[in-house]
Amino acid sequence: MSTNIEIRFTVNGSPRTVAVPPEMSALNMLREVIGLTGTKYGCGEGECGACTILVDGMSVNSCLLFAVDCDGRKLTTVEGVVNEPAGARVRDAFVQAGAVQCGFCTPGFVVQAAHLIDTHGSKLDPETIKRGIEGNLCRCTGYKKIVEAITAAAQEAR
Amino acid sequence: MTVEHYYAPKHLDEALEVLRAGNATILAGGTDVMPQSESGKTPLRKTLVNIRRIAELTGIRLAKNEVRIGALTTISEMMANDLIRKHFPILAESGDHFASEQIRNAGTLGGNVCNASPAGDTLVPMLALDAVVELAAKPNGSVETHTTPLGSFLVGPGKTRRAQGELLVAIRIPVPPAGQVQRFFKFGTRPALDISAIAIGLAAVKTKGVLSHVRLAYGAVAPAIMRGSKTEAVLEGKRLTPELIEQAAQAAHDEVKPISDVRASDWYRRELMHNIVKRMLIDVHEH
Repeated sequence: MSTNIEIRFTVNGSPRTVAVPPEMSALNMLREVIGLTGTKYGCGEGECGACTILVDGMSVNSCLLFAVDCDGRKLTTVEGVVNEPAGARVRDAFVQAGAVQCGFCTPGFVVQAAHLIDTHGSKLDPETIKRGIEGNLCRCTGYKKIVEAITAAAQEAR
Repeated sequence: MTVEHYYAPKHLDEALEVLRAGNATILAGGTDVMPQSESGKTPLRKTLVNIRRIAELTGIRLAKNEVRIGALTTISEMMANDLIRKHFPILAESGDHFASEQIRNAGTLGGNVCNASPAGDTLVPMLALDAVVELAAKPNGSVETHTTPLGSFLVGPGKTRRAQGELLVAIRIPVPPAGQVQRFFKFGTRPALDISAIAIGLAAVKTKGVLSHVRLAYGAVAPAIMRGSKTEAVLEGKRLTPELIEQAAQAAHDEVKPISDVRASDWYRRELMHNIVKRMLIDVHEH
């Protein structure tokens, strides 16, 4: 029998207290316990990046993060990222560039792209973008429009 | 088995106390523990000990003649650290080939060592750089630490000499001697999120074309990361010439014991060993 562990943290600026089993992933907690379904389950083993979130400002795969390890930390999901300046620009640039096909990978790309813009600022060039999105897979089409969208959003940051 | 007890201690002392009771899974970044427990490969034990809040396990410091890297240092932190970049450029470089940014931001150096993958990306440069691991335990009420060379700590796939009750607290690497050259090469079929077909780390002191203190480490060609001692013996104290380089490349080809798997065949891995060792030594010879 598994005991639930009570943890406190913030998600997109709001404080939360939840009780979760120690085995649960942060991804499952966000989707099933908190009800934020923007973060997607793709592969469950850190290959695809559809579950990318920010924890204390660093991008991580939420499928590899234990929910209990969120205790005391600051989580930002795609729902929160698009309320920040960089995230909002990335969202608009994805629409403008048509960088979305089925859309399943998009939340992960948006979070990772916003993180790249926040980290590199005006120095973010297409080569750095390509290296930075190595952990995000799109299986519909390709990465050309995605890179174009992130480049455009980064340029607006200047 | 489901987890019955969860601990997230803030001090090393408390963590060692919990570990002494046994039957515990140690959790840090989670990037290996989560997929391995989810798939059933390594089920979680009755007690889950999250060591990520222990401040004593963080930080990279220069102490005496070595750099002490706290076990909780993430791959991203390691890559950005000035001491690492200055003294151990091949370790920083191995991070560049490590999984993806999301995983580098979570995965720790201590975790990469304890996961003991035969293809562990940071293990190859660390072995070439004579790293030792620092282990702590609390057998009789007080904390005791000891060190062991990385090469003898790693035993086989997923297997280390870490005893029950012990925690890997740091990795210590000696500051390189003057004139040391370092090289690292990872061969995979794509640049990101790939497991090495082979990886090679080289560290040696080069004086007027002669190599000494030669260390070669090979990844993904044996059950654990291995030292290329036969290749080292060919090179030690000798002047690099095209003939010597060919002889060393042949020794590397002959001394590895690779398996054939989805990433590469035994034959291909040996060919890679020969050709990459040769390419590295030519590069060292010319620069």
